[in-house]
This record gives sequence, structure tokens and C-alpha cells, in this order.
Amino acid sequence: MANTYKTIVKDGLWNNNGVFSMLLGMCPAMAMTTSATNGFGMGLATAVVMAASSLLVALFRKLITPEVRIPVYILIVAAMVTLVDLAMNAWMHELYKVLGLFIPLIVSNCLPLARLEAFAAKQPVLPSLLDGLFMGLGFTIALTAIGAVREITGNGTLFADASLLLGPAFKAIELRLLPADMGVLMMILPPGGFLVTGLLVVVKRLLDLRAGKEIQMGGAHSVA
Amino acid sequence: MDAMPTTLPEPVAPPPRSLMHGVILGAFCLGFGLVLAITDRITVDDIAARAMEDKQNSLSQVLPATIHDNNPVTDTLALRNAEGRELTVYRARQGGAVTAVAYEIFGTGYAGEMKLMLGVAADGKVLGVRVLAHKETPGLGDKIEVKKGDWILRFNDLSLGNPPLERWKVKKDGGQFDQFAGATITPRGVLAAIRGGLEFFAANRAKLLAEN
Repeated sequence: MANTYKTIVKDGLWNNNGVFSMLLGMCPAMAMTTSATNGFGMGLATAVVMAASSLLVALFRKLITPEVRIPVYILIVAAMVTLVDLAMNAWMHELYKVLGLFIPLIVSNCLPLARLEAFAAKQPVLPSLLDGLFMGLGFTIALTAIGAVREITGNGTLFADASLLLGPAFKAIELRLLPADMGVLMMILPPGGFLVTGLLVVVKRLLDLRAGKEIQMGGAHSVA
Repeated sequence: MDAMPTTLPEPVAPPPRSLMHGVILGAFCLGFGLVLAITDRITVDDIAARAMEDKQNSLSQVLPATIHDNNPVTDTLALRNAEGRELTVYRARQGGAVTAVAYEIFGTGYAGEMKLMLGVAADGKVLGVRVLAHKETPGLGDKIEVKKGDWILRFNDLSLGNPPLERWKVKKDGGQFDQFAGATITPRGVLAAIRGGLEFFAANRAKLLAEN
């Protein structure tokens, strides 16, 4: 069993990474990655929603009949997103001001729904919770990486405004790597999102090839 | 979605199936609806308090604390602007007399509407302008935000006659205000919004400064 858990963690974070292997959740992966901080915040919010909805679907999986499963999954994801949205607005308001705009977009992300359908619908509670959580964290890593590349090349900074998101202690990780006005603006604009995501997918495949791994491509044609 | 598996678990219960599906779906809707209603109840006061603080923060940047002894957030007046849009005017008072007003102004930028807050003193001078919401290009048009540059501060203390109306334009259009490198549409929109806001003040001066 411990082995299975290890596989779930590895799949979520790297082998079957939601963005770089499955090419799911492309909409937030492009739209929210104008900076590493934005990508990180969006990723974390998604991870919370994914863990919670995977847990609930696994818990109720015997009650949910196949015919109504899709509306029920969407209902659960939407309810979790609304919960996170309300709670953050009320009690983590500074964070909400940065992320608030992105949170409702989690509903439109294909990745949570895909994991509910492919995993949580058939698995016990604990593995499902882990799958949701680590798929979400893998999504966070991917978005942070895309955001970092776009931010460095487009703006010359890294983790700008991280202290707004994570608290004043993180002021130190806000870096300026290139002088102001040296950045290539296109990288922050939508074309940069496509370019960087594509390049990072290639980088991941090359790393996997070099490590002698078989390239996993689950649902590679679903883009949402 | 071709990620969907083709084999599904067999349904557990016997017919009437359609009724059962309805009941299941309804039960989930009811359950989660209830959870959301409860969460909304718990958070509604905190969210309202946060929204009030946010408004106070943005108002305090255009209505300096030194010129009023009331709370402008709750001292409001509803007026229609020249486009027929209903505006909420926040009034700053010192000892009952209105010393300044603040209201939202709107400009058309490169990527849609920009929303700004304008503070005007009783003598018609700009106390401050701040961007509330915009969708301008990051790195180009967003220099109108006070945290990205001090461009927006140059309007402080100006008024409708200073500079004269025909100079209330970006340099490219023959006015006196700098546009930024690579972005003319955004500053043009901001300027039009401020000019419109000051014209609104001039047109409604008596109502805006009335004591009640």
C-alpha cells in the first residue's frame, strides 16, 4: 500500500503532471502565470479545491450513480470553490485581494473534474485525498515554473509581490534579475504563455527521456 | 473529454432509475446548497467589514484625513453623471461644511473600461486620483497605478481652468501631459476620465457642496 501512495505522489508531482503531461488546466496555466507569485497562488488555491473535492467524491462514490456523476462532480467542485472564495474574502482578505479574481476560474479548470472522474470516483478516501492534493501541488509547481520563466524574461523580476501573498517575511525572495525595461514584454502577454508552456513540456519530456522513463501522456488532447 | 473511462461501474439500485437519479442529484444540490448558505451566513458580516475597509482605504488616498472629521464612506449622495450613470459621491466634511467630494470616474483604455476614484476639493482642485480597476497591459499601461509609478500624482492640485481645457490632453494630442513609452491610449483614457470628472463637479457644484 505504501508503494501505491508513493506512486500517487510521484504521478501527481511529476510523472503524470496535470499541466506538463496531461495538458489539462491550460486556461489558468496560460492566463494566471504572468508572474511566479500569481502562478503559485492560483496553484495553491486549486490544490485546496482539488483535495477537498476528491475527498468528498471518494466519500460519496457509492451513492453517486454513473448517470448523474458529472453534474454531481461539477456541483461539488463549484461548492468547494465558493467555500474557499467566501472564507478567503472574510478571513484572508489581503490574500484574497491578490487571488480573488482567479478563484472562481478554478470551476472552469478541467483538471479537478478529470481527477474526480479518473481517480476519486473509484478509489477509497485516503488515496483520493492524496491524489487530489498532489495533483494540485503538481499543478502549483507547473504554474510557478511557467510564471517564473515568463516573469524573468518578460519583466526581469522573480517572485515580485510575493510578500503580498505570503506575508512580509517573504520580501527577501522578491528578486530583480534584469534591469527594468530589459524584459521582452511579449513573454507576459498571452503568446508568452503558449511559448513557455510548450517549451517546458519539451524540457520535461527530454528530462524523462534522459532518465529512461516512458513518456506518459494521459488525455493529451483535452485542453481546457 | 476523451479522458473519460469507457467502462463504468454497474448501477447498484433497481428501477425506477430516472426517479432515483433525480433524488440523488436533488439531495446533493440540497446538501451543498445548505453548506453554502451556512458559510454565507458565517462570512457575510466579515466580508461586509472588509469591503468597508477597502473603500475607506481607497477614499483616504483621495480625501486626506486632515480635511474632514466625518466618515466619507457613510456620508454619500447619489447623482447622475452626464452619461446618465448613477454615481455614489462620498463627502468629506469639516464641522458640517463639505470640504471635498470623491466619486468614481470612468475612462476607456486599451483593454476596456478603467475605473478610477477622483477626489475634488470644494474649490475645484484635484486632491488625488487613484485607479480602482483596469485591464491594461502589464508593464505598459499599468503605470497608471500608484504602486507602479508616480504618473497619476501629477494631477494633484490641477483644476478645470489650470491648465486650460484645451491643454487637458496627452502631448501627442497637443496637450501638456506625458504619455508613457509605448502606451498612449491608456493615459488618454485616464485624462478623458479626469476631465469628465471635473466637468461633472462643475456642473453639479451646488448639489455636491450642499450641507444636507
